[in-house]
Amino acid sequence: MQWRYDISGIDTVTLHFGQRIDAALVAPIHRAAIALKSSLGARLLDAVPSYTTLLLRYDVLQDDLASLMRQVSEVLNQLPDATGGLDARERRDAESEIIDVPVFYHPSVGPDLKRLAQRAGFSVDEFVYRHSERLYQVFAIGFAPGFAYLGEVAEELSAPRLANPRAKVPAGTLGIADTQTALYPIVSPGGWNLIGRTPLALFDQSRTPPSLLEAGQTVRFRPIAQDEYLELGGRLDDLPWGMEPSPDIQQGAPAETRGKDCDSRHARFMD
Amino acid sequence: MTHATLGLWIEKPGFLSLIQDAGRCGVMHLGLATGGAMDRHAWAWANYLLGNCFGAAALEITFGQVEFVSQLSANIAITGAQVAVTVNGVPQPLWATLSLKAGDRVALGAPRAGLRSYLAVAGGFSVAAGLGNSCATLHREKTGGLHGDGQPLKAGDLLPCEPRSQNPPLQRQVPVDWRPDYHEALILDVIIGAQAERFPSRSLECFFTQPYTLSPQSDRMGARLDGPALEVFGERLISEGISLGAVQVPANGLPIILLNDRQTIGGYPKLGAVTPRSLDALAQRQPGCQLQFRAVALHEAQRREKVFLSFFKKIL
Repeated sequence: MQWRYDISGIDTVTLHFGQRIDAALVAPIHRAAIALKSSLGARLLDAVPSYTTLLLRYDVLQDDLASLMRQVSEVLNQLPDATGGLDARERRDAESEIIDVPVFYHPSVGPDLKRLAQRAGFSVDEFVYRHSERLYQVFAIGFAPGFAYLGEVAEELSAPRLANPRAKVPAGTLGIADTQTALYPIVSPGGWNLIGRTPLALFDQSRTPPSLLEAGQTVRFRPIAQDEYLELGGRLDDLPWGMEPSPDIQQGAPAETRGKDCDSRHARFMD
Repeated sequence: MTHATLGLWIEKPGFLSLIQDAGRCGVMHLGLATGGAMDRHAWAWANYLLGNCFGAAALEITFGQVEFVSQLSANIAITGAQVAVTVNGVPQPLWATLSLKAGDRVALGAPRAGLRSYLAVAGGFSVAAGLGNSCATLHREKTGGLHGDGQPLKAGDLLPCEPRSQNPPLQRQVPVDWRPDYHEALILDVIIGAQAERFPSRSLECFFTQPYTLSPQSDRMGARLDGPALEVFGERLISEGISLGAVQVPANGLPIILLNDRQTIGGYPKLGAVTPRSLDALAQRQPGCQLQFRAVALHEAQRREKVFLSFFKKIL
């Protein structure tokens, strides 16, 4: 497995597995995180996977950089040298671990659905079919507890973020920004294009683990009708939508990164 | 038969009072911030004086002005910001154990120096550990803290604790020479990171030689700074896990030091990371304070951190 590391703080190292956002990196990073957690045990205080990296936090009373990295190298160098390629067993495991997320794709809970379908030149039904037909991988969790960045959305369905983020996006709402799709676990401000909502609780601190989704998982969105949505505990809007998105859209920034920039700024000032 | 829960009854909660401990472990990958006491030095002393274990929850009081009534006999300690403390109107020392009896009224004034006070009680507050085996209060996430909902203390809250067990109550204080001077010029140690190569040398020189001012927009997520803007090649990187103390530089060139309640991932270029011991000192500075940066080697920073942790993890 190809990797390198940087010192990122007094008790952290950042392992790098690639240079650009690539769905093929999700599985190897996930494997590395699992192998390191099981080998290092309590010596590892946190392991945070993201698009191309894995941040490790260690206990400076137990390890120094040399002792940590000796063990990390040993573990990682035993992993198969594969970016992307799952072997047959792993593929079966992955298939059985697909998280099924029912989604009510509808303008009543996804106020940008019609506009996005129109923009892509599809009917709403066609747009929903195309969004839900593929499997998505969780690249990273961040921005808020349990907020999952999933990819990759088909190029023809992609849409830039809203120029004016909404002050409040209800929990469970499904959005698209560029070629990523995400579910809002809790009511938050947000700049993604909203296309539907799941009745599932994405984050519940009384549950173990509290987050339904974790980096490295595979997700299937299953379109459901309003009846099933309500039966599963889904709610129609009880919040005013507040600021409606303006039609002028931000231009020209790279796909993934500007998203959080905007989200985080608004989390700071609008929360 | 159950007995009623007793503790410290909050009458004036102050500007921002939060239950904090050593912070969370093992949940950053779920998007959960670590939280924890901002000034571990004063927080650890408050617990240490009382014989509490390192990591016990205490009340972090930002900008003083808290008033509470003790419903039981208890030993407490208040450390950190230089505030006037009275018990039933009689002035009391900071950095020392105070012995309370039921009905005693404790009041903290506004800080003359420093920013955060730590109030600990012998035996610790009886607050259940939540996410990441911690009871840290995360306001933005609406998780943790006294009620598990991330809310700061409010008037009428009860901080539950057990009555004092030792008799006579133990009396301890931190030697005067060991108490920090929060007016002292602040120099923050920085472990330079790999992304420093994205900053032109004149930017790095500027960062390590020019003074910066702590902005009033700072909070528990990040310390924002005013001062010379830094030039950086490439505005955004692919988001990655963020270390405590990371010095990130957004498009406007003004560095932000990411603190305990920071988001777990982010993509701004990072010059390095301020050491936890320097963050302890920073946590006691009010907006408008001047500070400077200095590079430190990783092994030296780790040595100092180990000295700090080893001292406080030994129980008296």
